[in-house]
Amino acid sequence: MSLLRLESISRHFGSLVALQDVSLEMAAGELRAVIGPNGAGKTTLFNMVSGFFPPSSGRVFFEGQPINADRAEARVRRGIVRTFQITEIFHELNVYENVCVAVETAAGLNSRPWVSRETATRVRRRIDELLALTGLAAKADRVASELAHGDQRVVEVAIALAMRPRLLLLDEPTAGMGDEETDRMVGLIRRLHQEQHLSILFIEHDMDIVFGIAQRITVLDQGRILAEGSPAEVSANEKVRAAYLGEAA
Amino acid sequence: MNRKIAALAVLWALLATAPWWLPYVGGYTQLGSRVLIYALATMSLNLLLGFTGGLSFGHAAYFGLGGYGAGMTLKYLAPSTPLALLVGTLVGGAAATLLGPSVMRRRGIYFAMITIAIGQLFYFVAVRWNEVTGGEDGLAGYSRQPLHLGGWTLPLDDTAFYYLVLVCFAASVGIIGLLLRSPLGRTWVAIRENQRRAQFLGLTVPLYVWASFAISGTLTALAGALNALLNNFTSPQDLHWILSGNFVIMVVLGGMRSFWGPLAGVIIFLVAQDYLSSLTENWMTFIGIIFILVVLLFPRGLLGMLRSRLQPK
Repeated sequence: MSLLRLESISRHFGSLVALQDVSLEMAAGELRAVIGPNGAGKTTLFNMVSGFFPPSSGRVFFEGQPINADRAEARVRRGIVRTFQITEIFHELNVYENVCVAVETAAGLNSRPWVSRETATRVRRRIDELLALTGLAAKADRVASELAHGDQRVVEVAIALAMRPRLLLLDEPTAGMGDEETDRMVGLIRRLHQEQHLSILFIEHDMDIVFGIAQRITVLDQGRILAEGSPAEVSANEKVRAAYLGEAA
Repeated sequence: MNRKIAALAVLWALLATAPWWLPYVGGYTQLGSRVLIYALATMSLNLLLGFTGGLSFGHAAYFGLGGYGAGMTLKYLAPSTPLALLVGTLVGGAAATLLGPSVMRRRGIYFAMITIAIGQLFYFVAVRWNEVTGGEDGLAGYSRQPLHLGGWTLPLDDTAFYYLVLVCFAASVGIIGLLLRSPLGRTWVAIRENQRRAQFLGLTVPLYVWASFAISGTLTALAGALNALLNNFTSPQDLHWILSGNFVIMVVLGGMRSFWGPLAGVIIFLVAQDYLSSLTENWMTFIGIIFILVVLLFPRGLLGMLRSRLQPK
């Protein structure tokens, strides 16, 4: 059974067609990249999967279940967790508190006016674990808004990880990052995939990263799927070369 | 940390001894009671405004309902101070709880507009329903009753009443403080900080806004009930949006990101009102000037400014 399956998804905004008849299947444990020029419909695809808005037509399945009717919140509870192209974190809270909110949410503690000492310890341990995993431990006390851009994006990934995602959606995780920050993010994504066996779907513009880490690649162009396959297959695809890679080469 | 504990100890010591030292600085016990009552109202408002991000311009509604609830209990139901406080709190709290769903999905200016509209609704009811509420003239003809504590009767003179207010204030502030330190409190702050992120953590944001609104309104109603007992009078002005606006001004003056900010704002506002209004009818002009200066110079309010000055960077 596939983890995620899209069945001829289309999305129109008025007369603008953002996605046209897109079908896609992703297996559990897969690290998949979505590429395509600006306006190809990559973020719209993410929005369909995460429930940010519904498709105009077509069906979305997660772990075999139809989830069209699920709102964004319900999809998060199913394990579909996303980051955004423009970092969405809790800016005035420090890094520790950012992760804390997410950990408490994952544990279903939000409506609790108090927690036992035991629970508090469990929460603290989980936060420390996530901070260590993402390399943020040394910056735990820093207010998020004062962090470098790259670190802010890592905070968003840490928040997403706190939710114990079954499918992690990363929208341009390295956007606007310097070389060193990019390397760290790529290393993190690779670790999450290899060590935590996370299923990750990510949008990326940097072809070195895409061809460096993705197992499979989906190429979107003008709202349609142009090609899909292993990095070798995609880079050998004539249509992809002509329509997309050709520009860069 | 130690400095914080010391500051809190000084604050509570000052509050506990206020009836003795207030006359030496030109104050009086009732002014102390009024400061605590307004501090309770604004700290409750700040739970919603500063910590959940809901700009309520209608909190006078719950303050006023608490006042009318308490006053009418004494006037029509039974001569009992605790019952009056309880009924006032429950009436205002029930209103906030029932009306919460009408605003919980709104943000910013829409939230503000709806809360104003709801507040004015109660104001007009109070003004029109003459025979029960006293209409424009307000509700009079009742007075707070002595407390009966297990066979022992405590007459509520100004000083004793101050301590009753202080007990209610301390209990409510304790509740607010505990809530803000809990997962629920962090959830509210998360919603204030980034509603989209909160939603994409799987949180049903409107329900938490509702909870904040209901709790905030209930504690504001308790403040309103105490106010009705302080004055032995309830005025439709206690429901009016101008008072709602003043609450917001007090919160912003003191600092809406800080827990004690509203108390500082209330002290400035009420003391300025008390002194200036004896000098000039246009005392509101001076409050306005102070407000503009604070917003321009210390956008985080006076306590927010003090905190960032004191913190070693």
